[in-house]
Amino acid sequence: MSASKRAGGGGSPLWQIRSAIDPRQYWLLALFGLVAPLVAWLVASHLDGTDKVFLPGPADVLARIWSWATDDDLAADVAISTWRVVAGWALSAAIALPLGLFIGSYRAVQALLEPLTDFVRYMPAVAFIPLVMLWVGIEEGSKVAIIFIGTFFQMVLMVAEDVRRVPLAQIEAAQTMGATRSEILEKVIVPSAKPALLDTLRVTMGWAWTYLVVAELVASNSGLGYAVLKAQRFLQTDKIFAGILLIGLIGLLIDQGFRLVHRKAFPYLAGRHR
Amino acid sequence: MTASIDIRDAFKTFGHGPQAIHALEHANLTIRPNEFVTFVGASGCGKSTLLRMIGGLESLSRGSIAVNGQPIAGPGVDRAMVFQHYSLYPWLTVTQNIKFCRQLKAHTRDRTSADVEKAAGRADALIRLMGLSHVADAYPSQLSGGMQQRVAIARALMSRPPILLMDEPFGALDAQTREVMHDLIRHVHRMEGSTIVFVTHDVEEAIYLGQRIVLMAPRPGRIDTLYDVPLPAERHQDMKLAPEFLALKREILERIRETSGMKTDLEQLARLNADVGADAALTTD
Repeated sequence: MSASKRAGGGGSPLWQIRSAIDPRQYWLLALFGLVAPLVAWLVASHLDGTDKVFLPGPADVLARIWSWATDDDLAADVAISTWRVVAGWALSAAIALPLGLFIGSYRAVQALLEPLTDFVRYMPAVAFIPLVMLWVGIEEGSKVAIIFIGTFFQMVLMVAEDVRRVPLAQIEAAQTMGATRSEILEKVIVPSAKPALLDTLRVTMGWAWTYLVVAELVASNSGLGYAVLKAQRFLQTDKIFAGILLIGLIGLLIDQGFRLVHRKAFPYLAGRHR
Repeated sequence: MTASIDIRDAFKTFGHGPQAIHALEHANLTIRPNEFVTFVGASGCGKSTLLRMIGGLESLSRGSIAVNGQPIAGPGVDRAMVFQHYSLYPWLTVTQNIKFCRQLKAHTRDRTSADVEKAAGRADALIRLMGLSHVADAYPSQLSGGMQQRVAIARALMSRPPILLMDEPFGALDAQTREVMHDLIRHVHRMEGSTIVFVTHDVEEAIYLGQRIVLMAPRPGRIDTLYDVPLPAERHQDMKLAPEFLALKREILERIRETSGMKTDLEQLARLNADVGADAALTTD
Protein backbone atom coordinates (compact mmCIF):
# COMPACT_ATOMS: atom_id res chain seq x y z
CA MET A 1 0.00 0.00 0.00
CA SER A 2 2.79 2.42 0.89
CA ALA A 3 4.40 1.63 -2.44
CA SER A 4 1.25 2.55 -4.36
CA LYS A 5 0.96 5.76 -2.36
CA ARG A 6 4.47 6.78 -3.31
CA ALA A 7 3.55 6.22 -6.96
CA GLY A 8 0.64 8.66 -6.67
CA GLY A 9 -2.01 5.94 -6.72
CA GLY A 10 -3.41 5.41 -3.23
CA GLY A 11 -5.59 7.51 -0.96
CA SER A 12 -8.95 9.14 -1.64
CA PRO A 13 -10.01 9.25 -5.31
CA LEU A 14 -10.49 13.02 -4.87
CA TRP A 15 -6.73 13.44 -4.72
CA GLN A 16 -5.73 11.15 -7.58
CA ILE A 17 -4.24 13.14 -10.40
CA ARG A 18 -6.77 13.58 -13.26
CA SER A 19 -8.98 10.84 -11.88
CA ALA A 20 -12.73 11.18 -12.52
CA ILE A 21 -14.93 11.94 -9.49
CA ASP A 22 -18.56 11.30 -8.68
CA PRO A 23 -20.79 13.93 -10.43
CA ARG A 24 -22.62 14.64 -7.15
CA GLN A 25 -19.33 15.42 -5.46
CA TYR A 26 -18.41 17.63 -8.41
CA TRP A 27 -21.56 19.75 -8.14
CA LEU A 28 -21.32 19.96 -4.35
CA LEU A 29 -17.77 21.26 -4.62
CA ALA A 30 -18.76 23.72 -7.36
CA LEU A 31 -21.63 25.01 -5.24
CA PHE A 32 -19.35 25.34 -2.22
CA GLY A 33 -16.78 27.21 -4.31
CA LEU A 34 -19.45 29.75 -5.28
CA VAL A 35 -21.25 30.06 -1.94
CA ALA A 36 -18.23 30.17 0.40
CA PRO A 37 -16.88 33.55 -0.81
CA LEU A 38 -20.43 34.97 -0.62
CA VAL A 39 -20.72 33.85 3.00
CA ALA A 40 -17.27 35.21 3.80
CA TRP A 41 -18.30 38.53 2.25
CA LEU A 42 -21.55 38.55 4.27
CA VAL A 43 -19.70 37.86 7.51
CA ALA A 44 -16.94 40.39 6.86
CA SER A 45 -19.44 43.16 6.04
CA HIS A 46 -21.40 42.51 9.25
CA LEU A 47 -18.39 42.57 11.57
CA ASP A 48 -18.39 45.47 14.02
CA GLY A 49 -16.41 48.37 12.73
CA THR A 50 -16.80 47.54 9.05
CA ASP A 51 -17.63 50.79 7.31
CA LYS A 52 -20.23 50.48 4.52
CA VAL A 53 -18.04 52.72 2.37
CA PHE A 54 -15.12 50.37 2.87
CA LEU A 55 -17.07 47.13 2.32
CA PRO A 56 -20.80 47.16 1.52
CA GLY A 57 -22.69 43.94 2.22
CA PRO A 58 -24.45 41.76 -0.37
CA ALA A 59 -27.81 43.21 0.63
CA ASP A 60 -26.57 46.77 0.00
CA VAL A 61 -25.26 45.77 -3.43
CA LEU A 62 -28.50 44.01 -4.35
CA ALA A 63 -30.50 47.06 -3.23
CA ARG A 64 -28.24 49.25 -5.37
CA ILE A 65 -28.74 47.03 -8.41
CA TRP A 66 -32.49 47.23 -7.85
CA SER A 67 -32.55 51.03 -7.60
CA TRP A 68 -30.19 51.24 -10.58
CA ALA A 69 -32.59 49.12 -12.58
CA THR A 70 -35.74 51.01 -11.53
CA ASP A 71 -34.55 54.65 -11.37
CA ASP A 72 -31.29 54.84 -13.28
CA ASP A 73 -31.89 52.81 -16.46
CA LEU A 74 -29.55 49.90 -15.81
CA ALA A 75 -30.88 48.18 -18.95
CA ALA A 76 -29.57 51.02 -21.14
CA ASP A 77 -26.13 50.83 -19.51
CA VAL A 78 -26.01 47.05 -20.02
CA ALA A 79 -27.16 47.41 -23.62
CA ILE A 80 -24.65 50.10 -24.61
CA SER A 81 -21.74 48.32 -22.88
CA THR A 82 -22.64 44.99 -24.46
CA TRP A 83 -22.90 46.68 -27.84
CA ARG A 84 -19.44 48.29 -27.47
CA VAL A 85 -17.77 45.06 -26.37
CA VAL A 86 -19.42 42.91 -29.03
CA ALA A 87 -18.73 45.49 -31.77
CA GLY A 88 -15.02 45.80 -30.87
CA TRP A 89 -14.67 42.05 -30.55
CA ALA A 90 -16.57 41.30 -33.79
CA LEU A 91 -14.51 43.84 -35.71
CA SER A 92 -11.29 42.25 -34.51
CA ALA A 93 -12.65 38.75 -35.30
CA ALA A 94 -13.63 39.87 -38.81
CA ILE A 95 -10.01 40.82 -39.52
CA ALA A 96 -8.16 38.36 -37.26
CA LEU A 97 -9.83 35.20 -38.63
CA PRO A 98 -8.80 35.58 -42.30
CA LEU A 99 -5.44 37.15 -41.39
CA GLY A 100 -4.63 34.43 -38.84
CA LEU A 101 -5.63 31.78 -41.40
CA PHE A 102 -3.05 33.15 -43.83
CA ILE A 103 -0.35 33.63 -41.17
CA GLY A 104 -0.89 30.03 -40.02
CA SER A 105 -0.96 28.59 -43.56
CA TYR A 106 1.82 30.48 -45.34
CA ARG A 107 5.30 30.91 -43.89
CA ALA A 108 5.84 34.04 -46.00
CA VAL A 109 2.81 35.81 -44.49
CA GLN A 110 3.93 34.63 -41.05
CA ALA A 111 7.41 36.13 -41.55
CA LEU A 112 5.87 39.38 -42.78
CA LEU A 113 3.28 39.91 -40.04
CA GLU A 114 3.90 37.83 -36.94
CA PRO A 115 6.93 39.69 -35.48
CA LEU A 116 5.06 42.99 -35.92
CA THR A 117 1.95 41.61 -34.21
CA ASP A 118 4.05 40.19 -31.39
CA PHE A 119 5.56 43.64 -30.91
CA VAL A 120 2.28 45.55 -30.92
CA ARG A 121 0.45 43.20 -28.57
CA TYR A 122 2.73 44.16 -25.69
CA MET A 123 1.71 47.79 -25.98
CA PRO A 124 -0.90 48.67 -23.32
CA ALA A 125 -4.31 49.47 -24.78
CA VAL A 126 -4.79 52.26 -22.20
CA ALA A 127 -1.81 54.11 -23.62
CA PHE A 128 -3.56 54.32 -26.98
CA ILE A 129 -6.44 56.41 -25.53
CA PRO A 130 -4.98 59.81 -26.46
CA LEU A 131 -4.15 58.58 -29.95
CA VAL A 132 -7.61 57.07 -30.40
CA MET A 133 -9.21 60.36 -29.31
CA LEU A 134 -7.01 62.20 -31.78
CA TRP A 135 -7.63 59.85 -34.70
CA VAL A 136 -11.10 58.42 -34.12
CA GLY A 137 -12.66 61.19 -32.04
CA ILE A 138 -14.70 60.84 -28.85
CA GLU A 139 -17.85 59.29 -30.32
CA GLU A 140 -18.89 55.61 -30.06
CA GLY A 141 -16.13 54.67 -32.50
CA SER A 142 -13.45 55.48 -29.94
CA LYS A 143 -14.82 52.96 -27.37
CA VAL A 144 -15.06 50.27 -30.01
CA ALA A 145 -11.52 51.13 -31.15
CA ILE A 146 -10.05 50.68 -27.65
CA ILE A 147 -11.68 47.25 -27.30
CA PHE A 148 -10.46 46.38 -30.80
CA ILE A 149 -6.87 47.33 -29.89
CA GLY A 150 -7.10 45.32 -26.68
CA THR A 151 -8.24 42.10 -28.37
CA PHE A 152 -7.14 42.13 -32.01
CA PHE A 153 -3.40 41.48 -31.73
CA GLN A 154 -3.80 38.60 -29.28
CA MET A 155 -6.59 37.15 -31.38
CA VAL A 156 -4.55 37.11 -34.62
CA LEU A 157 -1.74 35.17 -32.96
CA MET A 158 -4.13 32.69 -31.38
CA VAL A 159 -5.97 32.11 -34.66
CA ALA A 160 -2.65 31.55 -36.45
CA GLU A 161 -1.65 29.03 -33.78
CA ASP A 162 -5.01 27.21 -34.08
CA VAL A 163 -4.45 26.94 -37.83
CA ARG A 164 -0.89 25.67 -37.39
CA ARG A 165 -2.16 22.92 -35.07
CA VAL A 166 -4.11 21.24 -37.90
CA PRO A 167 -2.30 17.88 -38.27
CA LEU A 168 0.00 17.88 -41.31
CA ALA A 169 -1.25 14.36 -42.21
CA GLN A 170 -4.77 15.78 -42.77
CA ILE A 171 -3.36 18.32 -45.21
CA GLU A 172 -1.04 15.87 -46.95
CA ALA A 173 -3.86 13.32 -47.32
CA ALA A 174 -5.86 15.97 -49.19
CA GLN A 175 -2.83 16.80 -51.35
CA THR A 176 -2.45 13.16 -52.38
CA MET A 177 -6.15 13.15 -53.30
CA GLY A 178 -5.46 15.99 -55.70
CA ALA A 179 -6.85 18.91 -53.65
CA THR A 180 -5.86 22.39 -54.81
CA ARG A 181 -4.50 24.99 -52.40
CA SER A 182 -7.85 26.75 -52.03
CA GLU A 183 -9.60 23.39 -51.55
CA ILE A 184 -7.16 22.52 -48.75
CA LEU A 185 -7.86 25.84 -47.00
CA GLU A 186 -11.63 25.53 -47.44
CA LYS A 187 -12.23 21.80 -46.98
CA VAL A 188 -9.47 20.78 -44.57
CA ILE A 189 -7.80 23.60 -42.63
CA VAL A 190 -10.91 25.64 -41.81
CA PRO A 191 -13.18 22.74 -40.76
CA SER A 192 -10.32 21.10 -38.86
CA ALA A 193 -9.48 24.27 -36.92
CA LYS A 194 -13.12 25.31 -36.29
CA PRO A 195 -13.49 23.95 -32.73
CA ALA A 196 -10.22 25.59 -31.64
CA LEU A 197 -11.23 28.83 -33.38
CA LEU A 198 -14.53 28.93 -31.50
CA ASP A 199 -12.59 28.48 -28.24
CA THR A 200 -10.32 31.35 -29.23
CA LEU A 201 -13.35 33.55 -29.94
CA ARG A 202 -14.77 32.64 -26.53
CA VAL A 203 -11.56 33.45 -24.67
CA THR A 204 -11.00 36.74 -26.51
CA MET A 205 -14.61 37.75 -25.80
CA GLY A 206 -13.67 37.53 -22.13
CA TRP A 207 -10.67 39.78 -22.70
CA ALA A 208 -12.81 42.26 -24.62
CA TRP A 209 -15.01 42.66 -21.51
CA THR A 210 -11.96 43.38 -19.36
CA TYR A 211 -11.22 46.37 -21.62
CA LEU A 212 -14.71 47.84 -21.14
CA VAL A 213 -13.83 50.09 -18.19
CA VAL A 214 -10.76 51.34 -20.04
CA ALA A 215 -12.84 52.00 -23.16
CA GLU A 216 -15.46 53.93 -21.20
CA LEU A 217 -12.74 56.19 -19.79
CA VAL A 218 -13.02 58.01 -23.12
CA ALA A 219 -15.62 60.76 -22.89
CA SER A 220 -18.51 58.48 -21.94
CA ASN A 221 -21.79 59.27 -20.27
CA SER A 222 -23.26 55.77 -20.32
CA GLY A 223 -22.35 52.15 -19.81
CA LEU A 224 -21.40 49.83 -16.95
CA GLY A 225 -17.73 50.84 -17.01
CA TYR A 226 -18.67 54.51 -16.95
CA ALA A 227 -21.01 53.88 -14.01
CA VAL A 228 -18.17 52.25 -12.07
CA LEU A 229 -15.88 55.20 -12.83
CA LYS A 230 -18.54 57.72 -11.78
CA ALA A 231 -19.29 55.79 -8.59
CA GLN A 232 -15.58 55.93 -7.80
CA ARG A 233 -15.72 59.73 -7.92
CA PHE A 234 -18.58 59.81 -5.37
CA LEU A 235 -17.20 56.93 -3.30
CA GLN A 236 -20.36 54.84 -3.94
CA THR A 237 -18.66 51.56 -3.11
CA ASP A 238 -21.89 49.56 -3.42
CA LYS A 239 -22.31 50.75 -7.01
CA ILE A 240 -18.70 49.84 -7.83
CA PHE A 241 -19.44 46.35 -6.50
CA ALA A 242 -22.69 46.23 -8.49
CA GLY A 243 -20.99 47.25 -11.74
CA ILE A 244 -18.16 44.77 -11.36
CA LEU A 245 -20.52 41.92 -10.48
CA LEU A 246 -22.80 42.70 -13.42
CA ILE A 247 -19.87 42.69 -15.85
CA GLY A 248 -18.78 39.33 -14.43
CA LEU A 249 -22.30 37.95 -14.71
CA ILE A 250 -22.75 39.02 -18.33
CA GLY A 251 -19.33 37.55 -19.14
CA LEU A 252 -20.29 34.25 -17.51
CA LEU A 253 -23.56 34.10 -19.50
CA ILE A 254 -21.81 34.76 -22.81
CA ASP A 255 -19.13 32.18 -21.98
CA GLN A 256 -21.79 29.54 -21.27
CA GLY A 257 -23.48 30.48 -24.55
CA PHE A 258 -20.23 29.82 -26.43
CA ARG A 259 -19.85 26.46 -24.69
CA LEU A 260 -23.38 25.49 -25.66
CA VAL A 261 -22.73 26.39 -29.30
CA HIS A 262 -19.49 24.36 -29.15
CA ARG A 263 -21.39 21.28 -27.97
CA LYS A 264 -24.11 21.68 -30.60
CA ALA A 265 -21.80 22.53 -33.49
CA PHE A 266 -19.19 19.82 -32.97
CA PRO A 267 -20.97 16.61 -31.95
CA TYR A 268 -17.95 14.58 -33.09
CA LEU A 269 -16.02 15.94 -30.10
CA ALA A 270 -18.44 14.20 -27.71
CA GLY A 271 -15.53 12.89 -25.64
CA ARG A 272 -14.14 16.37 -25.03
CA HIS A 273 -17.37 17.93 -23.81
CA ARG A 274 -17.77 16.71 -20.26
CA MET B 1 -5.60 0.17 -62.74
CA THR B 2 -1.90 -0.13 -62.20
CA ALA B 3 1.35 1.64 -63.00
CA SER B 4 5.13 1.34 -62.95
CA ILE B 5 7.49 3.56 -60.98
CA ASP B 6 11.02 4.46 -62.12
CA ILE B 7 13.41 6.00 -59.62
CA ARG B 8 16.60 7.28 -61.31
CA ASP B 9 19.59 8.41 -59.24
CA ALA B 10 17.38 10.17 -56.68
CA PHE B 11 19.03 12.33 -53.99
CA LYS B 12 17.50 14.11 -51.04
CA THR B 13 19.43 16.52 -48.83
CA PHE B 14 17.88 18.50 -45.97
CA GLY B 15 19.63 21.73 -45.04
CA HIS B 16 22.85 23.24 -46.36
CA GLY B 17 26.61 23.15 -45.81
CA PRO B 18 28.23 21.04 -43.09
CA GLN B 19 24.91 20.59 -41.23
CA ALA B 20 23.19 19.09 -44.28
CA ILE B 21 21.52 15.73 -43.71
CA HIS B 22 21.90 13.29 -46.58
CA ALA B 23 18.55 11.55 -46.29
CA LEU B 24 18.94 9.70 -49.59
CA GLU B 25 21.74 9.18 -52.10
CA HIS B 26 21.94 7.43 -55.49
CA ALA B 27 18.58 5.69 -55.22
CA ASN B 28 17.79 3.58 -58.30
CA LEU B 29 14.76 1.31 -58.43
CA THR B 30 12.15 0.13 -60.90
CA ILE B 31 8.81 -1.02 -59.52
CA ARG B 32 6.71 -3.08 -61.93
CA PRO B 33 2.97 -2.62 -62.52
CA ASN B 34 0.89 -4.43 -59.88
CA GLU B 35 3.97 -5.23 -57.81
CA PHE B 36 3.82 -5.20 -53.98
CA VAL B 37 7.14 -3.77 -52.77
CA THR B 38 8.08 -3.21 -49.14
CA PHE B 39 10.81 -0.85 -47.85
CA VAL B 40 12.56 -1.82 -44.61
CA GLY B 41 15.65 -0.53 -42.82
CA ALA B 42 17.05 0.98 -39.64
CA SER B 43 15.71 4.40 -38.61
CA GLY B 44 17.19 7.24 -40.62
CA CYS B 45 17.65 5.12 -43.75
CA GLY B 46 15.34 7.37 -45.80
CA LYS B 47 12.58 4.82 -46.44
CA SER B 48 9.80 7.23 -45.53
CA THR B 49 11.54 10.06 -47.36
CA LEU B 50 11.72 7.99 -50.56
CA LEU B 51 8.04 7.04 -50.24
CA ARG B 52 7.08 10.69 -49.72
CA MET B 53 9.18 11.62 -52.76
CA ILE B 54 7.21 9.10 -54.86
CA GLY B 55 4.03 10.63 -53.43
CA GLY B 56 5.21 14.09 -54.47
CA LEU B 57 5.10 15.39 -50.88
CA GLU B 58 8.89 15.80 -50.83
CA SER B 59 10.90 17.30 -53.69
CA LEU B 60 14.02 15.66 -55.13
CA SER B 61 17.40 17.33 -54.64
CA ARG B 62 18.65 15.50 -57.75
CA GLY B 63 17.50 12.71 -60.06
CA SER B 64 14.02 11.85 -61.21
CA ILE B 65 10.98 9.72 -60.43
CA ALA B 66 8.61 8.73 -63.22
CA VAL B 67 5.21 7.03 -63.15
CA ASN B 68 4.44 5.10 -66.35
CA GLY B 69 7.36 6.97 -67.93
CA GLN B 70 5.99 10.42 -66.99
CA PRO B 71 8.18 12.39 -64.56
CA ILE B 72 6.20 13.42 -61.49
CA ALA B 73 5.84 16.99 -60.25
CA GLY B 74 4.13 17.16 -56.87
CA PRO B 75 1.29 15.01 -55.55
CA GLY B 76 -1.23 13.56 -57.99
CA VAL B 77 -4.45 11.54 -58.03
CA ASP B 78 -2.55 8.59 -59.57
CA ARG B 79 -0.66 8.07 -56.26
CA ALA B 80 -2.86 7.70 -53.17
CA MET B 81 -1.23 7.62 -49.76
CA VAL B 82 -2.07 6.07 -46.39
CA PHE B 83 -0.38 7.64 -43.35
CA GLN B 84 0.42 6.16 -39.94
CA HIS B 85 -2.24 8.24 -38.16
CA TYR B 86 -4.06 11.57 -37.72
CA SER B 87 -4.98 11.74 -41.40
CA LEU B 88 -8.75 11.15 -41.13
CA TYR B 89 -11.11 14.11 -40.92
CA PRO B 90 -12.68 13.95 -37.45
CA TRP B 91 -15.64 16.16 -38.40
CA LEU B 92 -16.76 13.73 -41.13
CA THR B 93 -18.39 10.33 -40.69
CA VAL B 94 -16.75 7.17 -42.00
CA THR B 95 -18.75 7.32 -45.26
CA GLN B 96 -18.07 11.05 -45.70
CA ASN B 97 -14.34 10.48 -45.12
CA ILE B 98 -14.26 7.75 -47.76
CA LYS B 99 -16.13 9.96 -50.23
CA PHE B 100 -13.98 13.01 -49.46
CA CYS B 101 -12.29 13.04 -52.87
CA ARG B 102 -15.69 13.45 -54.53
CA GLN B 103 -15.76 17.02 -53.17
CA LEU B 104 -12.56 17.89 -55.05
CA LYS B 105 -12.46 19.34 -58.56
CA ALA B 106 -9.79 16.82 -59.55
CA HIS B 107 -12.34 14.00 -59.26
CA THR B 108 -15.58 15.59 -60.41
CA ARG B 109 -14.97 16.53 -64.06
CA ASP B 110 -17.69 15.41 -66.54
CA ARG B 111 -20.05 14.66 -63.73
CA THR B 112 -23.25 12.88 -64.75
CA SER B 113 -25.84 11.15 -62.65
CA ALA B 114 -24.35 7.84 -63.78
CA ASP B 115 -20.94 8.98 -62.42
CA VAL B 116 -22.51 9.91 -59.10
CA GLU B 117 -24.21 6.54 -58.89
CA LYS B 118 -21.00 4.74 -59.76
CA ALA B 119 -19.14 6.64 -57.02
CA ALA B 120 -21.82 5.79 -54.47
CA GLY B 121 -21.55 2.15 -55.49
CA ARG B 122 -17.77 2.33 -55.21
CA ALA B 123 -18.00 3.77 -51.69
CA ASP B 124 -20.47 1.06 -50.67
CA ALA B 125 -18.24 -1.66 -52.10
CA LEU B 126 -15.21 -0.31 -50.20
CA ILE B 127 -17.19 -0.05 -46.96
CA ARG B 128 -18.13 -3.72 -47.36
CA LEU B 129 -14.64 -4.80 -48.46
CA MET B 130 -13.14 -3.11 -45.39
CA GLY B 131 -15.78 -4.48 -43.01
CA LEU B 132 -17.03 -1.02 -42.05
CA SER B 133 -20.79 -1.47 -42.68
CA HIS B 134 -21.74 -1.32 -39.00
CA VAL B 135 -19.80 1.93 -38.41
CA ALA B 136 -20.56 3.71 -41.71
CA ASP B 137 -22.18 6.66 -39.92
CA ALA B 138 -19.79 6.81 -36.94
CA TYR B 139 -17.13 9.48 -36.46
CA PRO B 140 -13.44 8.44 -36.54
CA SER B 141 -13.03 9.26 -32.82
CA GLN B 142 -15.55 6.51 -32.03
CA LEU B 143 -13.43 3.85 -33.79
CA SER B 144 -10.43 1.78 -32.69
CA GLY B 145 -7.04 2.40 -34.30
CA GLY B 146 -7.44 -0.61 -36.59
CA MET B 147 -10.88 0.50 -37.81
CA GLN B 148 -9.54 4.02 -38.40
CA GLN B 149 -6.82 2.63 -40.66
CA ARG B 150 -9.43 0.65 -42.61
CA VAL B 151 -11.21 3.95 -43.26
CA ALA B 152 -7.94 5.60 -44.33
CA ILE B 153 -7.24 2.75 -46.78
CA ALA B 154 -10.79 2.85 -48.17
CA ARG B 155 -10.51 6.61 -48.64
CA ALA B 156 -7.23 6.21 -50.51
CA LEU B 157 -8.75 3.53 -52.76
CA MET B 158 -11.92 5.50 -53.52
CA SER B 159 -10.60 7.07 -56.73
CA ARG B 160 -9.09 3.76 -57.98
CA PRO B 161 -5.49 4.99 -57.80
CA PRO B 162 -3.02 2.94 -59.88
CA ILE B 163 -0.46 3.34 -57.09
CA LEU B 164 -1.02 3.01 -53.35
CA LEU B 165 1.72 4.35 -51.06
CA MET B 166 1.63 3.24 -47.41
CA ASP B 167 3.82 4.89 -44.75
CA GLU B 168 3.95 2.51 -41.75
CA PRO B 169 0.14 2.32 -41.78
CA PHE B 170 -0.04 -0.41 -39.12
CA GLY B 171 2.83 0.87 -36.95
CA ALA B 172 0.50 1.97 -34.13
CA LEU B 173 -1.69 -1.16 -34.09
CA ASP B 174 -1.47 -4.15 -31.76
CA ALA B 175 -0.13 -7.48 -33.08
CA GLN B 176 -3.51 -9.22 -33.54
CA THR B 177 -5.14 -6.30 -35.36
CA ARG B 178 -2.05 -6.05 -37.52
CA GLU B 179 -2.33 -9.68 -38.68
CA VAL B 180 -5.94 -9.08 -39.74
CA MET B 181 -4.88 -5.94 -41.60
CA HIS B 182 -2.10 -7.84 -43.38
CA ASP B 183 -4.52 -10.33 -44.90
CA LEU B 184 -6.91 -7.49 -45.73
CA ILE B 185 -4.29 -5.48 -47.61
CA ARG B 186 -3.13 -8.58 -49.52
CA HIS B 187 -6.77 -9.10 -50.49
CA VAL B 188 -7.04 -5.46 -51.60
CA HIS B 189 -3.90 -5.87 -53.71
CA ARG B 190 -5.44 -8.85 -55.53
CA MET B 191 -8.87 -7.23 -55.96
CA GLU B 192 -7.75 -3.75 -57.00
CA GLY B 193 -4.61 -4.61 -58.92
CA SER B 194 -2.84 -1.44 -57.79
CA THR B 195 0.91 -1.19 -57.41
CA ILE B 196 1.63 -1.00 -53.67
CA VAL B 197 4.72 0.50 -52.03
CA PHE B 198 4.71 -0.19 -48.30
CA VAL B 199 7.14 1.23 -45.71
CA THR B 200 7.65 -0.60 -42.41
CA HIS B 201 10.26 -1.17 -39.72
CA ASP B 202 8.86 -4.66 -39.06
CA VAL B 203 10.79 -7.28 -41.06
CA GLU B 204 8.12 -9.97 -40.64
CA GLU B 205 5.50 -7.58 -42.00
CA ALA B 206 7.78 -6.70 -44.93
CA ILE B 207 8.26 -10.37 -45.91
CA TYR B 208 4.65 -11.43 -45.39
CA LEU B 209 3.27 -8.60 -47.53
CA GLY B 210 5.89 -8.00 -50.19
CA GLN B 211 6.81 -9.72 -53.41
CA ARG B 212 10.07 -7.84 -53.25
CA ILE B 213 11.85 -6.22 -50.31
CA VAL B 214 13.98 -3.12 -50.61
CA LEU B 215 16.42 -2.97 -47.69
CA MET B 216 17.68 0.55 -47.02
CA ALA B 217 20.60 1.69 -44.87
CA PRO B 218 21.31 4.95 -43.02
CA ARG B 219 24.10 7.59 -43.02
CA PRO B 220 23.77 8.40 -45.83
CA GLY B 221 20.30 7.01 -46.60
CA ARG B 222 20.56 4.58 -49.50
CA ILE B 223 19.15 1.44 -51.09
CA ASP B 224 21.30 -1.44 -49.81
CA THR B 225 19.92 -4.79 -51.00
CA LEU B 226 16.91 -6.11 -52.92
CA TYR B 227 15.35 -9.46 -51.91
CA ASP B 228 12.78 -11.51 -53.84
CA VAL B 229 10.36 -13.12 -51.43
CA PRO B 230 10.31 -16.91 -52.09
CA LEU B 231 6.62 -17.31 -51.18
CA PRO B 232 3.62 -17.96 -53.46
CA ALA B 233 1.30 -15.09 -54.37
CA GLU B 234 -1.38 -16.55 -52.11
CA ARG B 235 -0.20 -16.02 -48.51
CA HIS B 236 -1.47 -17.27 -45.18
CA GLN B 237 -0.32 -16.81 -41.59
CA ASP B 238 1.24 -20.33 -41.32
CA MET B 239 3.88 -19.30 -43.84
CA LYS B 240 5.50 -17.13 -41.17
CA LEU B 241 6.87 -20.38 -39.71
CA ALA B 242 8.10 -21.83 -43.04
CA PRO B 243 11.89 -22.39 -43.16
CA GLU B 244 12.37 -20.13 -46.20
CA PHE B 245 10.43 -17.35 -44.44
CA LEU B 246 12.54 -17.65 -41.29
CA ALA B 247 15.79 -17.87 -43.27
CA LEU B 248 14.98 -14.66 -45.15
CA LYS B 249 13.93 -12.97 -41.91
CA ARG B 250 17.28 -13.88 -40.31
CA GLU B 251 19.23 -12.67 -43.33
CA ILE B 252 17.43 -9.31 -43.45
CA LEU B 253 17.63 -8.72 -39.67
CA GLU B 254 21.36 -9.42 -39.77
CA ARG B 255 21.88 -6.99 -42.64
CA ILE B 256 19.86 -4.29 -40.84
CA ARG B 257 22.00 -4.78 -37.75
CA GLU B 258 25.18 -4.52 -39.81
CA THR B 259 24.09 -1.33 -41.53
CA SER B 260 22.45 0.43 -38.57
CA GLY B 261 25.77 1.46 -37.00
CA MET B 262 24.55 0.67 -33.47
CA LYS B 263 27.12 -1.95 -32.50
CA THR B 264 28.29 0.04 -29.45
CA ASP B 265 24.90 -0.56 -27.87
CA LEU B 266 26.04 -4.02 -26.76
CA GLU B 267 28.96 -2.62 -24.74
CA GLN B 268 26.63 -0.05 -23.21
CA LEU B 269 24.20 -2.80 -22.25
CA ALA B 270 26.96 -4.90 -20.65
CA ARG B 271 28.04 -1.89 -18.59
CA LEU B 272 24.44 -1.23 -17.50
CA ASN B 273 24.03 -4.88 -16.50
CA ALA B 274 27.23 -4.72 -14.44
CA ASP B 275 25.90 -1.60 -12.62
CA VAL B 276 22.55 -3.23 -11.90
CA GLY B 277 24.36 -6.31 -10.56
CA ALA B 278 26.46 -4.16 -8.22
CA ASP B 279 23.35 -2.31 -6.97
CA ALA B 280 21.53 -5.55 -6.32
CA ALA B 281 24.51 -6.90 -4.34
CA LEU B 282 24.48 -3.77 -2.13
CA THR B 283 20.76 -3.81 -1.32
CA THR B 284 20.31 -7.48 -0.48
CA ASP B 285 21.37 -8.24 3.06
